[in-house]
Amino acid sequence: MINSYYDLDQTRAPIYEALERFRNMRVVPFDVPGHKRGRGNPEMAAFLGEKCVSIDVNSMKPLDNLCHPVSVIRDAEDLAADAFGAAHAFLMVGGTTSSVQTMVLATCKRGDKIILPRNVHRSVINALVLCGAVPVYVNPEVDDRLGISLGMRREQVERAIREHPEAVAVLVNNPTYYGVCSDLKAITKMAHDAGMFCLADEAHGTHFYFGAGMPISAMDAGADMAAVSMHKSGGSLTQSSFLLIGPNMNQGHVRQIINLTQTTSSSYLLMSSLDISRRNLALRGREVFAKVSTMADYAREEVNAIGGYYAFGKELVNGDSVFDFDPTKLSIHTRDIGLAGIEVYDILRDEYDIQIEFGDIGNILAYLSIGDRPQELERLVSALAEIRRRYQRDGSGLLDTEYLDPEVVYSPQEAFYAPKKSVPIDQSEGMVCSEFVMCYPPGIPILAPGERITRDILDYIEFAKEKGCSMTGPEDPDILRLNVLA
Amino acid sequence: MELWFSEFHAPDVKHSIRVNKQLFSLQSDYQRIDIFETPEFGRVLALDGNVQLTERDEFIYDEMITHVPMAVHPNITDVLVIGAGDGGVVKELARYDTIKRIDLVEMDPEVIKACRAYLPENASRLDDARVHIYYDNALRFIRRCSEQYDLIIVDSTDPFGPSEGYFTREFYGICYNALREDGIMVNQQGSPFYQHDAEAMQRSHQRIVSTFPISRVYQAHIPTYAAGYWLFGFASKKYHPVNDLDAERWKKLNLQTKYYTVKLHRGAFFLPAFLERMLEEVEK
Repeated sequence: MINSYYDLDQTRAPIYEALERFRNMRVVPFDVPGHKRGRGNPEMAAFLGEKCVSIDVNSMKPLDNLCHPVSVIRDAEDLAADAFGAAHAFLMVGGTTSSVQTMVLATCKRGDKIILPRNVHRSVINALVLCGAVPVYVNPEVDDRLGISLGMRREQVERAIREHPEAVAVLVNNPTYYGVCSDLKAITKMAHDAGMFCLADEAHGTHFYFGAGMPISAMDAGADMAAVSMHKSGGSLTQSSFLLIGPNMNQGHVRQIINLTQTTSSSYLLMSSLDISRRNLALRGREVFAKVSTMADYAREEVNAIGGYYAFGKELVNGDSVFDFDPTKLSIHTRDIGLAGIEVYDILRDEYDIQIEFGDIGNILAYLSIGDRPQELERLVSALAEIRRRYQRDGSGLLDTEYLDPEVVYSPQEAFYAPKKSVPIDQSEGMVCSEFVMCYPPGIPILAPGERITRDILDYIEFAKEKGCSMTGPEDPDILRLNVLA
Repeated sequence: MELWFSEFHAPDVKHSIRVNKQLFSLQSDYQRIDIFETPEFGRVLALDGNVQLTERDEFIYDEMITHVPMAVHPNITDVLVIGAGDGGVVKELARYDTIKRIDLVEMDPEVIKACRAYLPENASRLDDARVHIYYDNALRFIRRCSEQYDLIIVDSTDPFGPSEGYFTREFYGICYNALREDGIMVNQQGSPFYQHDAEAMQRSHQRIVSTFPISRVYQAHIPTYAAGYWLFGFASKKYHPVNDLDAERWKKLNLQTKYYTVKLHRGAFFLPAFLERMLEEVEK
């Protein structure tokens, strides 16, 4: 019954099973890694645990090789493809960043255009720096009350495709960090009708593949590739990820692209965690994510009952720029209690020992997943009630907008490698930036290489710094100076 | 036959009680509940393997967590009790005719069921007309209350299990908010002796100090708890636990107690030097 969704036996975990067999064989190691099952580094072995270091081993015949899988890794990939409804699945060990970059590098060459929303993760634009493709940004709609960027509207994508018929791919966030989904199925069809690939960044959408009431997954929508962060909602170890492809992609070519940048010493800790987590999701994911959704719904109700906060959900759905909403995301608008999201984020950690995923100017996001329990949610909700009681203040003076329309002057690659100079940030207005500036998390660029620096952007950077956002990207870590094109 | 119940008081210290027989065992949604019959301590209730009460020494805990605030605040009518599913605290509270309402919030109905069945003496006053039992998460329950109690008694398990949330700053904050302007919160504050317990005690004391204007710690000797040495926290919006003790008023009530006296009340707030230092460290 359990396996009625699948063609293969999802109770199997070939990499995990091979490692168990391997452990019992007690093979004498005259190969790398040099710690030799932890013996050469007893402090590390004590800290990480003997069980853990004893399977930190190198590729070998019984354990297969991620660069060219033919046995147990191949089998694990087949099972993953079956579990996610993909033509093929690649185990990735360089984070979902490596999955995203592979999607871009597998579809775009130098000078090719790629249509994408501005609120993409930095890894997408980094990939453009690597391959020399040119971004065509679709201006995502902004929810005025919440100050968050939404999905792409169908009509906007249609216009971008019409104005740039030579573009090779369309990239879609499914969902955004806040849980907002675009109409992926319609966008995929538009892209295919125009002869373009459709790529989905599903860093925050692993659970879409395992649950009733979830937004559509990229593979179900017919997209060509999807980058899936198993380590986020899926429960595998940090840095492990899946890259999924549909039937239109050439599997061998994608493997070659992956091998351009991937390590040749892939960690079996990461790979076995993917294998075991895939098995867990296939067998129990539907039940688990139904529970996570129920918890998130409960938390939304409780947070909204406090007053002042707005925990948003499916009511945002409008059929277009919010085509669907991820019910597991607990995003909370904080501006009406007079506090920036980043301030609430800091108070929760510093005073209440509660670490949430991120806070931006107007919102916080608490990440709910496979490992959460109701009693911790009660703590979070109570702490929010307390923060309101103790810190509520007049909210005027908080900056309004979260989305700043970029003017792309040069491709990211041209700008990144062009001759440049460093100028004090307050003198940079009107110049072309040659580096990234972003708030992290969510890691969405405020400025990317090749973009015009405007007054609005400088005001926003100033405000975000003042509120304590962690700003990253520029060479100057204090962001007092910016690199601009000379 | 040798049958013993053992509990780790610290990773390298074990406390064992000989058992005649096990009367009850259940894994509830929240914890494992066991009740034993023992020759020395009578019936013993353990949650997740930690002794919560024994018939032999429960009077010390229940009297000290109840009579200390009752002898200070002159006019307690509405009381909220957190945890305490065994009924021991309610049994002491019910002796005061001046109390009009006792709300008891216990997350685990199975604890109350088991205690009614196997510790009937302890649970004897749970059916008092003034007692209202709510099966709920205490954070969730108290969050909805504002300035409506004179006394909150936090009778929780230790801070490493399902009660972890009752040792947090958000919990103390919503308790503060649920108390009237002269309200008192008393909590079981753990033991200062073994390192693990001592650190948890310091953390919760720090959080209470930052929430209430008055916060003092008092002690009692409880043989079956870790190190036999236990602390309570007295947090208050107005009354000082020693300066505002109304000994004459309490004596007139003519309550018979086995441990608590008004003289002991004062003495319980005089702490050993190492403990004073530990508290001062986090009071800064």
